[in-house]
Amino acid sequence: MANCKETIRELDAFLDGELPSDVRTHIHEHLDECVDCLQAFDFQAELKQAIRRKCSTDDLPAGLLGRIEMCFDADFDDDGTIGHADGA
Amino acid sequence: MADQQDFADQAMEYAPQLYSAALRMTRNRADAEDLVQEAYLRGFRSFHTFQEGTNLRAWLFRILTNAYINKYRAKQRRPQESDLGEIEDLYLYRRLGSMETAAASMSAEEQFLDVFTDDEVKQALEELPDNFRLPVILADVEGFSYKEIAEMLEIPIGTVMSRLHRGRKAMQRALYEYAEARGLTRTFDEKQVDVANGD
Repeated sequence: MANCKETIRELDAFLDGELPSDVRTHIHEHLDECVDCLQAFDFQAELKQAIRRKCSTDDLPAGLLGRIEMCFDADFDDDGTIGHADGA
Repeated sequence: MADQQDFADQAMEYAPQLYSAALRMTRNRADAEDLVQEAYLRGFRSFHTFQEGTNLRAWLFRILTNAYINKYRAKQRRPQESDLGEIEDLYLYRRLGSMETAAASMSAEEQFLDVFTDDEVKQALEELPDNFRLPVILADVEGFSYKEIAEMLEIPIGTVMSRLHRGRKAMQRALYEYAEARGLTRTFDEKQVDVANGD
């Protein structure tokens, strides 16, 4: 079973869902028994969620969607069809 | 073969996410808008190479990231491999004790991390040098896997992990420094003085 030092070392990979299942199980076992590590993990998990939440709150500038969609209407080679004749 | 007409239908829903990521990358609105438009244009032109049924979101983010690296990273004068210095693990967690007062003043519904404004968290992320900022954006804001990030940035998975680890710690240090600047961090002695003064 993992000790505190090993557990904290795997914290990032654990929260990122990148640990192989056997290592994940060892970490879970340690967290079941170690309140200190569990609290640290909980905080780091909350921090990660807070970063995602707080860094996703940008208002789309007015007109940007329209400007993007103008690209799709572009007839690149003046042949009357959208895009290029060869599909490029 | 994917139809360009389908591109507009399928790809537009990702515009808000792509814009947010572009803003964190370029750090200014004008460049972020340009970057998003560039990404959509490139996506539109190369949509015939996109394999239906594969991850369109990842495909678009790869284009965005690639466009950022090609267009903007070359222009930056600051060195890309900045030394962030040695920062201890669990940097912010270990300093929660000094933020007790701030935490105590929050309502039960508020989460402790709401002591930081959205702008502060964005700024802490945007302060990271490119090499660390991009992996943190792709992992923590956009939720991509190490493997996906490695492919987008064209670096080994081990490098992704190491830069994530160091970038995240640097972000925590920046957040703590903002808290200090706002006077939210008090030492035990300072709190005793407040009590003695009847505060």
